Amino acid sequence: MSGDRLSARFAACASEGRAALVTFVTAGDPDLATSAGILAALPGAGADIIELGMPFTDPMADGPAIQRGNLRSLGGGTTLKALLAMVRDFRATDDATPIVLMGYFNPILAFGPERFAAEAKAAGIDGCIVVDLPPEEAAELTPALAAHGLHLVRLATPTTDAQRLPAVLNGASGFLYYVAVAGVTGANSAAAADIAAAVARLKAATPLPIAVGFGVRTPDQAAAIAAHADAVVVGSAIVDAIGDAAEARANDIPARVAAQVAALAQAVRTARKEQAA
Amino acid sequence: MNAEIGTLRAGPDSNGHFGQFGGRYVAETLMPLILELEQAYTAAKADPAFHAELNDLLTHYVGRPSPLYFAPRLTEELGGAKIYLKRDELNHTGAHKINNCIGQILLARRMGKTRIIAETGAGQHGVATATVAARFGLPCTIYMGARDIERQAPNVFRMKLLGAEVKAVESGSKTLKDAMNEALRDWVTNVHDTFYIIGTAAGPHPYPELVRDFQTVIGKEARAQILEREGRLPDLLVAAIGGGSNAIGLFHPFLDDKSVRIVGIEASGKGLDTHEHAASLAGGRAGVLHGNKTMLLQDEDGQITEAHSISAGLDYPGIGPEHAWLHAIGRVEYQSATDTEALEGFQLLCRTEGIIPALEPSHALAAVARIAPTMGKDQIIIANLCGRGDKDIFTVAAALGVAM
Repeated sequence: MSGDRLSARFAACASEGRAALVTFVTAGDPDLATSAGILAALPGAGADIIELGMPFTDPMADGPAIQRGNLRSLGGGTTLKALLAMVRDFRATDDATPIVLMGYFNPILAFGPERFAAEAKAAGIDGCIVVDLPPEEAAELTPALAAHGLHLVRLATPTTDAQRLPAVLNGASGFLYYVAVAGVTGANSAAAADIAAAVARLKAATPLPIAVGFGVRTPDQAAAIAAHADAVVVGSAIVDAIGDAAEARANDIPARVAAQVAALAQAVRTARKEQAA
Repeated sequence: MNAEIGTLRAGPDSNGHFGQFGGRYVAETLMPLILELEQAYTAAKADPAFHAELNDLLTHYVGRPSPLYFAPRLTEELGGAKIYLKRDELNHTGAHKINNCIGQILLARRMGKTRIIAETGAGQHGVATATVAARFGLPCTIYMGARDIERQAPNVFRMKLLGAEVKAVESGSKTLKDAMNEALRDWVTNVHDTFYIIGTAAGPHPYPELVRDFQTVIGKEARAQILEREGRLPDLLVAAIGGGSNAIGLFHPFLDDKSVRIVGIEASGKGLDTHEHAASLAGGRAGVLHGNKTMLLQDEDGQITEAHSISAGLDYPGIGPEHAWLHAIGRVEYQSATDTEALEGFQLLCRTEGIIPALEPSHALAAVARIAPTMGKDQIIIANLCGRGDKDIFTVAAALGVAM
């Protein structure tokens, strides 16, 4: 799948000699209008790739921050249909920044896998990560994704040993998401040395770019990972900030998120230079 | 494989599917462990030493076999079929849940796991898990919805006496579904040393299969006992269903006996037309939650909706995948009983037989009260009395307007 937004963006970052910054926000958090504003502000702030959470009532692989983000979003009435409309609007002004959906299978199943793939592609989605759909169960979704040219991004974890890895990689596309810690989102952070070793192991097994996430909250942590990985994913820290701002009834949430993302982007963009220096 | 043709008892297939239901819908972090558990269970099934230890514990610790009791005054009052009660409420800890917990903790030990976690709704499974954890000297954490903690205070205290840590779950509807989310989050975080004892015949493969297998001791005993007592098979089996482990335990050994009518009873709460119920077969659609595909209460966007039942043990928006399949193929008939009907069944058994049932099997008793009068006096019903009602007396008192 060459020539698509994801591979173009990874190639561009690689040519600049740096990792990509992937930012996660839950669509519709804290409400659809604010969320559209956040989405629009992310690329300018330095997000290279946007990971967009599809809210679900029972996000069992997520920690408290993203659980709350999901509930805020659902409380504001977000549906998959509304999420896709928001992405369509975003694409009117940005046709380059890749958007990958992340979520759980049941809302996709309820929408219908074929309809989901068709409408997601039409809206300008580039791929998806379905947390509770391991390779063993993926046949219900993969034909529809393939037919519409959407990437299926797979997850590798600290428990993914050499025996398991081929199953994960079979059918993986776009990039490989390395979950740096066994746990839920937003919990502990992995040691930089462990991450470097894991990235090296995965790179030996696949030509896909390796993105590392889970437990990455600060610019320093992001920079440490950016020294080794092709991309760094930051999620819960941003979602927490959105939650705090929403609770404080702030009216400048997109600007606050942009400032936070700009600091992360600065760290990611200079990580390898500083390491070399 | 030829020997399996014509049986309904061969499932699941090698990927854990019962027809379109079941499967392994879990985060990748858990996949290697799920596969390891499947291997460990396959090895245990083939190991005579595993069965010997399991049977020894079931006999001397749990108190099996449980009696199959002919209920004369209940039978007379209802004026129809002869009613037998499978007395699993007489087990150690007062419910059928211990059958499964004993089996799973033996598996945990075989796998070298040193920490136990579980979810609980009514607290019966939590108590049973805390019990086996104490018996085997393993630390144990039980996740329980904050709302269930309120309505099941006696069981919370029991778990604490048994040395378990009880963690209140404040997310979502604060009931069984949310407790299961939190247990899964703990498991994914502590996957290296922790064994998750799932309490019902649901969750990712191989749980629905292994929980069922550990609970089929109910149906195997009942089958032998009724053949001994009556010289023939029953005409009707009845059991209540939340996740459905007591029901599948009773039903499974009879699935191929075509003469046996089998009825599972979902909790219809305040009524199937109210949206305040827990009847995922009657009011749900196929979906994916907690590691398996099954029938779920959900809205049109695939968001899970909250279940309601007076019985905390039935207050769950899903059902075990094998029940979803048995429903789809029509082998088992699924009906429902409301909160009010369950309260009537509860009082009926207290009054006629001197047995205080849990609110969960009170739903089955409500169905027995409905069906038995329509059957002949020479016909036989076995109802699963899967738990005793001591834990529920406060809930029942409140529902009946009695101040305690």
